[in-house]
Amino acid sequence: MNKRYLAGAAVLAVAALALTACSGTAGASTNAGSTKTLTLAQAQKATSVADFGGMAGLVAAATKEGHLNVITLPPSWANYGQIIQGFEKKYPGIKINSANPDGSSADEVAAAKAQKGQSTAPDVFDIGTAVMNQNLDLFAPYKVQSWGDIPADYKDADGLWYYDYTGLMSVGYDTKKFPGGVKKIDDLLGADFKNSVAIKGDPTAANEAASAVYMAALQSGGTADDVQPGVDFFQKLKKAGNFLSTLPTQATVASGETPVVIQWSFNNVAWGPAAGSAGNPNWKTVVLPGAGLGSYYNQTINADSPNPAAARLWEEYLYTPAVQNLYLAAGAYPAQLAAMEKAKTVDAATLTKVGAAPKDFVQLTADQATKAATLLSSKWAAAVG
Amino acid sequence: MTALASNRGAGVTPRRRGAPSPRRAATGWIGLIPFSVYALLFLGIPAVLAIASGFFTSGGAFTISNFSAFGDPVILKDLVGSLGLSAASAILGAVIGALVCYAMLGMNPEGWLRTIVDSAASVLAQFGGVMLAFAFIATVGNQGLIILILKQVFGENAVSSPIYTVPGLTLVYLYFEIPLMVLTFMPALEALKPAWGEAVATLGGSRWTYWREVGFPILAPAFFGCMILLFANAFSSFATAAALISQGGIWPLDIQRALTSETVVGHENEAGVIALGMIVVMVVLMSAYGVLQRRAARWER
Amino acid sequence: MTATAVNAPDESMTPVQAGPASEPFIAARAGRSPRYGAKPAQPTSLIILIIAGVLFLLPIAAMVIFSFRSNQGGYTVGHYLDVFNPALEYTYDGLFVGIQNSLGLCVITVAIILVLLLPVMILTELRYPRLRRVLEFVCLLPITIPTVVLVVGFIPVYSVLSQLLGSDAWTLGFAIGVIALPYAYRPIAVNLAGVDVVTLTEAARSLGAGWLPVLWRVVIPNLRRGILAACFITIAVVLGEYTIASFLSRTTFQTALVLIQHSDPYVAVIFSLIALLLAFVLLLAIGRLGAIRPRSKD
Repeated sequence: MNKRYLAGAAVLAVAALALTACSGTAGASTNAGSTKTLTLAQAQKATSVADFGGMAGLVAAATKEGHLNVITLPPSWANYGQIIQGFEKKYPGIKINSANPDGSSADEVAAAKAQKGQSTAPDVFDIGTAVMNQNLDLFAPYKVQSWGDIPADYKDADGLWYYDYTGLMSVGYDTKKFPGGVKKIDDLLGADFKNSVAIKGDPTAANEAASAVYMAALQSGGTADDVQPGVDFFQKLKKAGNFLSTLPTQATVASGETPVVIQWSFNNVAWGPAAGSAGNPNWKTVVLPGAGLGSYYNQTINADSPNPAAARLWEEYLYTPAVQNLYLAAGAYPAQLAAMEKAKTVDAATLTKVGAAPKDFVQLTADQATKAATLLSSKWAAAVG
Repeated sequence: MTALASNRGAGVTPRRRGAPSPRRAATGWIGLIPFSVYALLFLGIPAVLAIASGFFTSGGAFTISNFSAFGDPVILKDLVGSLGLSAASAILGAVIGALVCYAMLGMNPEGWLRTIVDSAASVLAQFGGVMLAFAFIATVGNQGLIILILKQVFGENAVSSPIYTVPGLTLVYLYFEIPLMVLTFMPALEALKPAWGEAVATLGGSRWTYWREVGFPILAPAFFGCMILLFANAFSSFATAAALISQGGIWPLDIQRALTSETVVGHENEAGVIALGMIVVMVVLMSAYGVLQRRAARWER
Repeated sequence: MTATAVNAPDESMTPVQAGPASEPFIAARAGRSPRYGAKPAQPTSLIILIIAGVLFLLPIAAMVIFSFRSNQGGYTVGHYLDVFNPALEYTYDGLFVGIQNSLGLCVITVAIILVLLLPVMILTELRYPRLRRVLEFVCLLPITIPTVVLVVGFIPVYSVLSQLLGSDAWTLGFAIGVIALPYAYRPIAVNLAGVDVVTLTEAARSLGAGWLPVLWRVVIPNLRRGILAACFITIAVVLGEYTIASFLSRTTFQTALVLIQHSDPYVAVIFSLIALLLAFVLLLAIGRLGAIRPRSKD
């Protein structure tokens, strides 16, 4: 038996090595022929569509590369499932590899550093601001064709990063279990909500969970500078026996295990009737009245992207009205929404359904976020542990 | 170092008379090389790198300030949680697993039932993470089958799910610890020679005498060895716990939080320090086991 | 019945003792032979196994029931039909690639265990018994360091490795082999401790056999149980491994499964159940193949 395994392994190893030699390096693309073809290094430094000789040149270069590596984009998050499918339909020569859907922004950065120079390194990032600001040297500047439609304070002047979408912190709940609904945050402290309320993980680890605490703070009389009331609220929740420590997923919402979830509006919407037979048909998403809490995510391109043309094509694709409307349909307000409303390219029906973008929602600045993080790391475990 | 000299120093029983010649001993060393290279490359280097990260700041300067993490009361509380959870699931898993192995002794070792149990044990020993968590949520979660039945019997508010606390996690961990025990302990039970059973019976001993004088002492090293494997397995697993007690409570979750946190950034090097702590715990355990082993060693040769 | 069954599995006696087992010395009482030795009574065995079986099937049953639940309340087979839903097709691509990769990884990892670990264990047992403790520590080390941390150490090794061998999924086999070491080591070690390999090899050598036949025809057959168990558990480790593959962005079965969880939880549960079933059947087949061999030897 030992010999047989040996032989089999040897054959396989030889075959694998042969295949590797044949497949070669997926990323490098040098080709003599047309005038505007760029080498890998040149493509990695391209800052706009003009560097490729126009949109057609960009599409050609990207198709030649044939792959796009994205990371931490769960299909049910802000409609990324449809967005990815749409990209593959529009550009059939490009295959998208979606890695680590459960990952955090820190995982994206770690993957970029860990796989530097390899063909599996991520090409583009959808990343939170705190982690992004610590790793600006990882990104390459690029300005999409519709650059002007992104408001000035939503982007970096050089094109290093640009907002893509934001949601609002919302409370999703099962209307069958709680027919009275949730009108204000203190409703959640009631006896009906025993073992019911969950947030998306540990606030000292996950941005979404931390944002839930920030929202609770705003609703309980705190400010963006002082989130202690949020921590106090969850302490009360835990004392009342209403706080669930399990991580809510689409499955637990469908099975009824987590009947109340505080998370981004686009996620709550995605787990409800919008998901058809895979979702919970009685799931209602409500943004509590008063100051809303949002947090824009950013789009960036990896400076060492193995598929630089495809990466840039992806960004061009995201900042077209079609895809911005897809974000909107999920309940995530896209960065170009104001410009689209002006140009009437926004999908009016979707806008009515989702509701107009809130004019004044709170987004924590970098300093406020750091202050809040320090508070959380010292106070959270004691409050809820 | 010739094989002869190594034999004298090993304290091995005098049965090993035919010591190989020095020429063959040199050939023997070569046999150790492939594994050593592999272990060095893929285990030694990564382990050292991973632990060493605890001794550096994120800027790259050498420091021992990361060790202040052990002063954090949360880290200490989570150590207790980790140790308790691992010990409980290891001990319970070992005992129940041994019991299942004992039951399997009565079955034909070449028969279908044995193979079925072996295959099932292999599959379940690695079944973990979000799916296992969900399987348990569906069974004993607040809306799980069993809890719903219990609620109907005992009333709506009398029963709540046990699996969302660190001690309650033991139940979930047992689901992969017991199969692991069955897989690793069965060969030991099968090595019990029937001649010993016959000898005890011939000398007039009962089955209880057999177990007390022969069975348990012989099986003890293997039993405790497997229990340590179970402990280590429970100690370092975190995917299942992350889904059920997302607010933390055990060391692996602290490590993951230090490495991948989006809110409290910049603490990646603490992970290396906590990992070092985990290794220290395991080394202490292994030394204790080594002492036990030596006492039982007289049965091995 | 107990008497003959006691002696049948005792392969450690080959090749010294062949032929049918001898009858026990104790005179049988009318109709019943007294029980002795390690084996439990048939009823006890069955009760324990049935209770264990039921308890272990409970969570699986809960998953199956969930997969039939309709989100409108009541039950439906709609989710099984959803498996063929074209909207989910783009995730299925990943699933097939993942399964392929995982199966290839199984072969490579088992090869590593059999070609690297097994010979070293046998060698240590025969020649360097003092190294046994060292080997045990080395083999238990991977399990004491959480995979999440070990992966941090894999990164530099893999950056170099990927320049030599590419970034395909099969290169993960080396890392997963290390992760599987503790699990594969224990059954073989337990088996080695129970079988007196030294005496057996000395006996065979004194009968004039060369080293290779000794290993192939004396040592390995006696270690068959441990080796088989080690292979089983290695395959299970490979099929269940997620962290390393996800960290290094390779597609394996588990990473593909996680992606599906985010599209449709019911389909994800169905796929997990299918995966469990397939792994079970695969291991069952291997186990039966491994069990058939000794009869042909006699």
